[in-house]
Amino acid sequence: MAAGGFDPPAYRDPSQIKVNAVLRNSSVVGWLLAAPLSLVLAVFLVLPIIMIVVVSFWGATEWSIYPAFQFDNYEFLLTSDVTYRVFLNTLKYALITWVFTLLIGFTVAYYLAFHIRSLTWQIALFLLCTIPFLTSNIIRMISWIPFLGRNGIANSTLISMGVIDEPLEWLLFSDFSVILAFVHLYTLFMVVPIFNTMMRIDKSLIEAAADAGATGWQTLWHVIIPLTKPGIMIGTIFVVALVMGDFITVRFMSGSQSANVGRMIQNDIRLLQYPSASATAVILLITVLLLIGTLLRFVDIRKEL
Amino acid sequence: MTTISKIRYSRRSLLKTGGAAVAAAALPAPMVWGQETKNITLRQFGTGVSNLNDVATKVKEDLGFTLEMTALDSDSVTQRAATQPDSFDIADIEYWICKKVWPTGNLQAMDTSKIENYDKIVGIFRNGKLTPESTIAQGTAPHTVGFVEGPGGREFVGTESGWMTLIPTIYNADTLGIRPDLIGRPISKWSELLNPEFKGKASILDISSIGIMDMAMVVESMGEYTYPDKGNMTKEEIDLTIGIFTEAKKNGQFRAFWKSFDESVNLMASGEVVIQSMWSPAITAVKSRGIPCVYQPLEEGYRSWGGGIGLSSSLSGMELDAAYEYINWYLSGWVGGYLMRQGYYSAVPETSKTFMSENEWGYWFEGKEATDVITSPTGDALAQAGEVRDGGSFEERMGAVACWNAVMDENQYMVRKWNEFIAA
Repeated sequence: MAAGGFDPPAYRDPSQIKVNAVLRNSSVVGWLLAAPLSLVLAVFLVLPIIMIVVVSFWGATEWSIYPAFQFDNYEFLLTSDVTYRVFLNTLKYALITWVFTLLIGFTVAYYLAFHIRSLTWQIALFLLCTIPFLTSNIIRMISWIPFLGRNGIANSTLISMGVIDEPLEWLLFSDFSVILAFVHLYTLFMVVPIFNTMMRIDKSLIEAAADAGATGWQTLWHVIIPLTKPGIMIGTIFVVALVMGDFITVRFMSGSQSANVGRMIQNDIRLLQYPSASATAVILLITVLLLIGTLLRFVDIRKEL
Repeated sequence: MTTISKIRYSRRSLLKTGGAAVAAAALPAPMVWGQETKNITLRQFGTGVSNLNDVATKVKEDLGFTLEMTALDSDSVTQRAATQPDSFDIADIEYWICKKVWPTGNLQAMDTSKIENYDKIVGIFRNGKLTPESTIAQGTAPHTVGFVEGPGGREFVGTESGWMTLIPTIYNADTLGIRPDLIGRPISKWSELLNPEFKGKASILDISSIGIMDMAMVVESMGEYTYPDKGNMTKEEIDLTIGIFTEAKKNGQFRAFWKSFDESVNLMASGEVVIQSMWSPAITAVKSRGIPCVYQPLEEGYRSWGGGIGLSSSLSGMELDAAYEYINWYLSGWVGGYLMRQGYYSAVPETSKTFMSENEWGYWFEGKEATDVITSPTGDALAQAGEVRDGGSFEERMGAVACWNAVMDENQYMVRKWNEFIAA
């Protein structure tokens, strides 16, 4: 009686024993653990994408869409030179933004990881980088407009300093201002993953490089950059995906004068051309996936994480 | 004239003191009155111009029920009216949007015999004529999409059939806005928009169905082409029109394009742009910052637009009665006065008059010199004594309408071309 009292009651119940046996089977546990995320992804990611693909074959009138299976949307999209120009423009924005965010992001991360000695300061400075992100993306972007305008702070300062006589027109509503805003908005997405991988680099490797007589540049090029590649790659994916999918930055910063794919989709949606918007979205998705697929061929993130 | 709102108010006070029966007998209007009315909520959405919270507040005060307002831009309004019929009870849309949305069957026709001030509605909305002599302008003139055969009619008819698609609420004549201080010379033609003198300082609105009309006014003014009907261009005409503007865009004529009201105000107020397509209250907004801005009347005339209230087809019973009450109240003058003091016109000007001072009526409607400071409904000073309204009186402005905002048969083609223009 006394000995039996110590037994957990569960073991006495045959059905409970079965449940426990099932739970001990590691593959079942694995499935259960993965289930919530899979469900969320299935419902909120996979399903909507399937819907978009389906609708991209539908037809539309001025005020309605009707189910069909036709290639009109794709045909129009792929035969119009506007599409190619707009996609090229989008890629141009992505490429230029990527170069600048990478240079700035890498430099900031490098400084934080290797020049700041104490962990406290590293964390403090890192948090400092994130402060601008406490306000909305759009507000940070729009605040450039009065700054860069014809009579804005930048121009009036330059004029009063005597650097220029006439206000610089290209500061605002130009590709310059679009890219400036992109770089401003998305550099942190480069800093974070690069900083993260840099912090994992074993310091003894750098000491070893120094001991073997490598200069600072050699260490950077042959040791740090190769080891930081996964971080760079993750940052690249963030920046490229964000820039390719953007519509609002281009609209505001170019004064609606430039187009990218996001704006094309937005225009279609506003004009109730959902099928055509879906077709553009599908092509954009394929483009971005191809791009990221190519990038991942250079670096195996899984292996190096 | 006694106003409905005043009657309503007194009736409600009577109800409060228990004189419901007496009040109901004394008042002829269809009754939905009672405690339940207070629980009615009507959901209205529309463009920012007339979706004003002040109106909702006044409705609650005068009629007792709740009006929920949602303000959106023209494209979103069209989208919502066409795709989400259950999301609204009252659609405050423009006539050209009506042409697009009506075929969906999401709106129901209104019985004009239930509209108390129907006979006083301006001729533009009934037979298309401001005065018996006026000619009807090009484009989607409101009366052409204003009536259907019967309650379930899907086709527009050209006569006053007694079933209205939209009850007209406000309208105006649009033209170019300019910064006289930065231009320094008189502007009198639409073609000035593409004058190289204003290179990098011009703007046009990026709402295709309205922008194309402004473009057409400019092209005609330049003498490049005379359209048989600006409101219904052929593909070749669309190509020609947008071609001229694409070239100008490539030459750097435009500083930016705007899509929302605020953007146009900021472009003008900051001096980024000195000449652009603009809407009347945007001019008012620039002026109220103390910056000179003129709504320049031009030789070729105005591009006009009109808005109205449509009822969702799912509206019925007490809510439908409440909606009619609302419409009658809308035309009874208070809203009209409110909107006219912003520079719009009311569909029934004579009822609005009672809600405006003589000075305001003279300035806004009759084009007379202001005898005192003119203030907006929110209290900003808009004009000083001695100033006159740009463009003059109601008859001068609405009598010089060259075209109405329109939806063309080749709309889809036009939209594609417009997208190319933006991407060029």
